[in-house]
Amino acid sequence: MSDTTNRRGWLKAAGASLGALALGACDKIGMDPKAVGFVSKAEGLTRRVQRLVIDRKALAREFTPADISPVFKPNGSISPSDADYRAHLLKGFADYRLVVDGLVERPLALSLEEVSALPSRTQITRHDCVEGWSAIGKWTGARLGPLLDKAGLKKNARYIVFHCGDTLEETLDGSGQYYESIDLIDAYHPQTILAYQLNDKTLPVANGAPLRLRVERQLGYKQAKYVMRLEAVEDFSHISRGNGGFWEDRGYEWYAGI
Amino acid sequence: MPKPENGTKPEKVLVYRHRGVTRLTHWINVLAVSLLLMSGLEIFNAHPALYWGQKATFDQPWISMGSAEKAGRTIGVTKIGSLTLETTGVLGYSGPPGMQEERGFPAWATLPSSRDLADGRHWHFFFAWLFVINGLTYWIMSLINGHIRKDLAPSLADVAPKNVWREIVTHAKLRFPKGEEARHYNVLQKGAYLAVALVLLPMMVATGLTMSPGFNAAAPWLLDLFGGRQSARTLHFISASLIVGFILLHLAMVVASGAWNNIRSMITGKYAIEVPPSPAAGAAE
Repeated sequence: MSDTTNRRGWLKAAGASLGALALGACDKIGMDPKAVGFVSKAEGLTRRVQRLVIDRKALAREFTPADISPVFKPNGSISPSDADYRAHLLKGFADYRLVVDGLVERPLALSLEEVSALPSRTQITRHDCVEGWSAIGKWTGARLGPLLDKAGLKKNARYIVFHCGDTLEETLDGSGQYYESIDLIDAYHPQTILAYQLNDKTLPVANGAPLRLRVERQLGYKQAKYVMRLEAVEDFSHISRGNGGFWEDRGYEWYAGI
Repeated sequence: MPKPENGTKPEKVLVYRHRGVTRLTHWINVLAVSLLLMSGLEIFNAHPALYWGQKATFDQPWISMGSAEKAGRTIGVTKIGSLTLETTGVLGYSGPPGMQEERGFPAWATLPSSRDLADGRHWHFFFAWLFVINGLTYWIMSLINGHIRKDLAPSLADVAPKNVWREIVTHAKLRFPKGEEARHYNVLQKGAYLAVALVLLPMMVATGLTMSPGFNAAAPWLLDLFGGRQSARTLHFISASLIVGFILLHLAMVVASGAWNNIRSMITGKYAIEVPPSPAAGAAE
């Protein structure tokens, strides 16, 4: 009997110290850049499998007017202090021009009036923040596909980069400027729009006036606000810190379907 | 080892209890589930509130954690419905003295321990893959080798109310069979293992995928099944909590019914049972 008690005691002690060790080790490994780098490798698998199982044209769920959130929670920049943006805002975006350049046959500079005259789409969709909450809003905007066709993408164009008017983080090298990028599958998806209306009203500043991207099958941080310029590129490694977006440069996934 | 004893003392014999694939997938699952739980709490902490339905109703979560001021000091507060609990040091507000911060679950429960949603997601999705591949291996192999049919599916005699009641009573008294009966799982074990392997663990994957805006486009019926993305997030959390409950009960039962024998059986496959002494030593098996 005392033999078993001893063994139990020993087991308990061993268990407790193993637990403590595991917790300590966990913490050390949890922060270790090599370990994080290793587990981040699953990102490529996750992206490819999503591309495989999600039909390229499959639509995001659309909701009814009754589902619309009473307040569409703004996140990230809600009132950019950038001088250029403030100047546009003061003039009611009268001089604003959406620039479309990079690997295009016909670079464009479109006024808001011209953007609103483009083929448009209205959709009531759910916005999913990476933090976990969701909001439902009604968006109206210019479909990105026809807009890109108007500019004529060159053969080697693979991604569309969205350069934004807001600085989300003050940095010395300018890498705090918000930007995003999507591939041509998402750019030509029927629900991908540059929205100028939210819930039947002109897009408010907090939600990204004058134009914000809606790429409905991805998380909130892909929905670039204050879009100033679209750049068609072959790859985005030369832009900012090279990962294709503000949050991507800070460790988040480039393909944000989950 | 069977010892040649004179008289009534039962002999111990080692029987083969767990197949290799059961043991291997069990331990990989221990690793994956532990890290998924911890990285999951890290992700939860980015918005420590839960809702029902398609969208968040920010002023009416059914559960939320945060901090509040009370008598000149900061306290941790957990709200469940109309109930407000003070949970300082654990939920809502925790950390070492002088470094307390507002956070849902405390640093010791999250991976990484610091506030880092991006890294938490990397850990979570890596181990989600391991968890899914391991779980599919377990399912497929258990169907092929008969583990589910022979060991886990309860028989009619198992589910007879009288038998279930008897098992509940003997479990409550912490009296566990040591003899021939111990060769097989009892009905409570079968029920618990099946519920975890066939319901709770798959539920984690299904509710997890329902939170994916990409996967929603591929399988919108999941949104209808769980009642919306925010409901799926809630059910993901509730299922995870039930799994934690199972793990605690499972560990308690492992210890109570013979820690060493149980752990050995899940490592080497060999489990000791007691059989009546046989006149001829060594003839037991």
